[in-house]
Amino acid sequence: MSATAVGSPPRVKLPRWAVPAAAAVAFAVGYVVFRGVGTLPHDDEAGTFVALTDAREWVDDNKNANPVFLYFINYIRLFIDGLFQTFETVLHALGWPGLLGVMGGIGWLAGGWRIALLGVAGFASFGVLGVWEHSVDTLALVATAVLLSLLAGLPLGVWVGRSPRLRRAITPVLDYMQIMPTFAYLAPMVLFFQIGAPAGVAATIIYAIPPAIRITALAIEQVSPTAVEASASLGATRWQTLFKVRLPLARSTMTLAINQTIMMALSMVVIANLIAAPGLGSDIIKGLSRENVGIMLPAGLAIVVMAVVLDRTTMAAARQRAHAGLSLLKLAVAAGIAAVGVGLAYALPPEFPSALELQMGGPVNEAVRWAERTWYPVTDALKEFTTRLLLNPLDGVLTTAPWWLIAAAVLAFAFWAAGVRPALTALGCLLAIALLGLWEHSMQTLTMVFVAVTVTLAIGLLLGIAAARSPRFSAVQRPLLDAAQTMPSFVYLLPALALFGATRFTAIFASVIYAVPPVVRLVEEGLRGVPPTVVEAALSAGSTPGQLLRKVQLPMARKSILLAVNQGIVMTLAMVVLGAMVGGGALGYDVVSGFSQRTDFGMGFAAGIAIVLLGIMLDRITQGADRRPSPQKRKPI
Amino acid sequence: MKIRLLAGLLTLGLAVAGCGGAKVEDKPSSAAAPSGSQSAAPASGGGTVKIAINPWVGYEASANVVAYLLKKELGYTVELPEIKEQLAWEGFETGDVDVIIENWGHPDLKKQYIDEKKVAQTAGSTGNKGVIGWYIPKWMVDKYPGITDYKNLNKYADLFKTSESGDKGQLLFGDPSYVSNEDALIKNLKLNLKVVTGGSEAALIKGAQQAQEQKKPLLFYFWDPHWLFSKTELARVNLPPYADGCDADPKKVACDYAEMDLDKIVSTKFATSGGKAFDLVKNFTWTNEDQNAVADDMTNNGMSGEDAAKKWVEANTAKWQAWIPK
Repeated sequence: MSATAVGSPPRVKLPRWAVPAAAAVAFAVGYVVFRGVGTLPHDDEAGTFVALTDAREWVDDNKNANPVFLYFINYIRLFIDGLFQTFETVLHALGWPGLLGVMGGIGWLAGGWRIALLGVAGFASFGVLGVWEHSVDTLALVATAVLLSLLAGLPLGVWVGRSPRLRRAITPVLDYMQIMPTFAYLAPMVLFFQIGAPAGVAATIIYAIPPAIRITALAIEQVSPTAVEASASLGATRWQTLFKVRLPLARSTMTLAINQTIMMALSMVVIANLIAAPGLGSDIIKGLSRENVGIMLPAGLAIVVMAVVLDRTTMAAARQRAHAGLSLLKLAVAAGIAAVGVGLAYALPPEFPSALELQMGGPVNEAVRWAERTWYPVTDALKEFTTRLLLNPLDGVLTTAPWWLIAAAVLAFAFWAAGVRPALTALGCLLAIALLGLWEHSMQTLTMVFVAVTVTLAIGLLLGIAAARSPRFSAVQRPLLDAAQTMPSFVYLLPALALFGATRFTAIFASVIYAVPPVVRLVEEGLRGVPPTVVEAALSAGSTPGQLLRKVQLPMARKSILLAVNQGIVMTLAMVVLGAMVGGGALGYDVVSGFSQRTDFGMGFAAGIAIVLLGIMLDRITQGADRRPSPQKRKPI
Repeated sequence: MKIRLLAGLLTLGLAVAGCGGAKVEDKPSSAAAPSGSQSAAPASGGGTVKIAINPWVGYEASANVVAYLLKKELGYTVELPEIKEQLAWEGFETGDVDVIIENWGHPDLKKQYIDEKKVAQTAGSTGNKGVIGWYIPKWMVDKYPGITDYKNLNKYADLFKTSESGDKGQLLFGDPSYVSNEDALIKNLKLNLKVVTGGSEAALIKGAQQAQEQKKPLLFYFWDPHWLFSKTELARVNLPPYADGCDADPKKVACDYAEMDLDKIVSTKFATSGGKAFDLVKNFTWTNEDQNAVADDMTNNGMSGEDAAKKWVEANTAKWQAWIPK
């Protein structure tokens, strides 16, 4: 039945909504008829899970005998640990004045006194927030992970940029690394690298290396072919061309790669702490188990500040002109600033003066308690409304419909929206999920993702349009978006828990906060990208602002908006696991269980893979829609 | 140049660790020990003790008091890495963990790590009695007579309905790492309830606090000792009483959780070479009230673990004097 809906292109000229509408009716009828048949209920002890758990046990038992461990993995661990400890020792040995000085020096080199001042003030705020020690640990962890990511990622990126074949091979791997929920590979990390900093660094690298490779490859590809040709015709060897032409020309984009790697690494700080890596994450986890936002907020703010400082510093370095170079004078000034700091380290007390520390725990907790008490009736009603009206019905349909009907529906929709290849990929992903034994939980997760993405888009469009219209609004909104994206979500989970209870809605709330910023940015950029001449033409033709938006700006920004949908989905999926800690359940909960109960290892790992499969499915459908000409413009044949 | 540096560091690592391959328990510091052995002997004569911090506050309270005494009375350095229960047991094998100060049962882990791998052993009871159970806010007991008897739960199941649990009553559960018989209990006692996975301790506590304040019915998984009992009045639902062996088959459990003697687990290495630190850990034993007092200071009075431990230690000299090895 589904095949007919998909496969027969109408010969007669039908209104363009006819085919989708007919398909929708067909699926509705199919659902009513076959409801409850061919569902795939969840089983905690599915064969795939048991097999994976057994594999884990085997590795665990043979860790001390297997040569792979004895001569390879354990050395990697020792090497990472050594590197981390070196960073940690050096950074702590600098003392707080020394580190401030060094940061000032680096800032001066990267972007002059403004950046230097930002660096010093930002790092000083770690002390003021009372989290100096943990901030330095986090810095050491991030530094280790970023250094290793770049050492591996930059050369690989250069290679990928030169070889399209390698690019095709590596792209799905990078996709996988970015969508795979970090929680899902924490358990394997612990298995291979034990608990502690090395496993934390390794997990961070997995998450942080894809942008290093991707952006470097892009930078190398973008180098103008004329420059390369000119260099080759002058008789330069391939290595000379690479080092004297390609790399210098790609320099500023490659700095962006470093920037993104640092940002990604910072977002792993809290997660890495779950496997006993040291740093700011420990305050956040501690706050979570003590119901204390006052403990979490300083650590969360420190992470935001660290992200802002490192971001602005690397971006400033990227903006510098390639040939400005490092003059001796500049180096001398930077060294001078650093030396002053290090010198002061001997004169000043080694611990950050506690008189300067801000005690914010009490008032913050008071404010949170007040909000929890006062807002509860409103938030509770909002939650009930969304859950009963949107979540439960959708959840019911997806979990009681036969699996083949859903698969057919996805196939049809993907074909309509994106074309043949994405449709087949989507179908493959769904079948793999069914084979993994995670169908029911995947459908529940899909429901949450669907609702979260819808809400994210609604808010994102609204804010994006507002920002595109008013530069002032945009300027006010920007730092808030930055904070929403870098603030570890755990910090706002506690108040959310009190306001909404442990429910799927809470999980959706968390993912919306996380996913809105990139959507707003993309929408704003898309709208701003509409050529002013077009806008003027529409206005002079008498369009109202509303018409202008609906008929001109939004359609012309379609590409950006579709990309925003795509990003919204990826970001929402990234929050599925975290959402499970506040009542989200489904796949996310399976992943958390797999991490904390060794008998559930297999289920957790499989659930991680299922999340990736869902991600690839949704990504291909939206990206396909992006590349394809607007379906509304396609004429029925 | 970077690549040369990397290669150099790698060779160095290989050379330092010798050619016998690196074992799981190897550490960069221990590998370098022969060359820098003088640094391994601190002036205080102690050493480093690593007490894992499991994710609940009562645990942290015990760990902090022991850590405080180890530092102040015996001159040890103490590390408190935060690790979930099961991972902490793995730490015994790798040397990342010396002590788990409050262990809730875990017969499977005991079998694996104590009996089979022989990397850990028990160090006696903490004196705390641990009870897991189903709880409701106190106001419900006064309003709905007989609700604390499991036989009446079906009668009141409607009260616990939420948008998460559909047409059944909701039983809120916490972190997936907790010991749990919930699904079996519901099935075997034929209760009209559904487990809703809260996912964390925070989910349970916030739920309980709002249930008390907003007078919302809530049935949830919880445990004693916990600081929440000093802040929010809770009542326990009586399931069929525990009898020896009634929880032998996890699928057929139809009885309440056993009252557990919480015990301390230490790594075998620490037991043999931990000296006075091990003796102190072994002697450590206190009551639920002691623990709740420290945990309450940490949670609700804004004290750091160390300050709360200090306060308790200063007020209870007689108790801890008995733990200090002579």
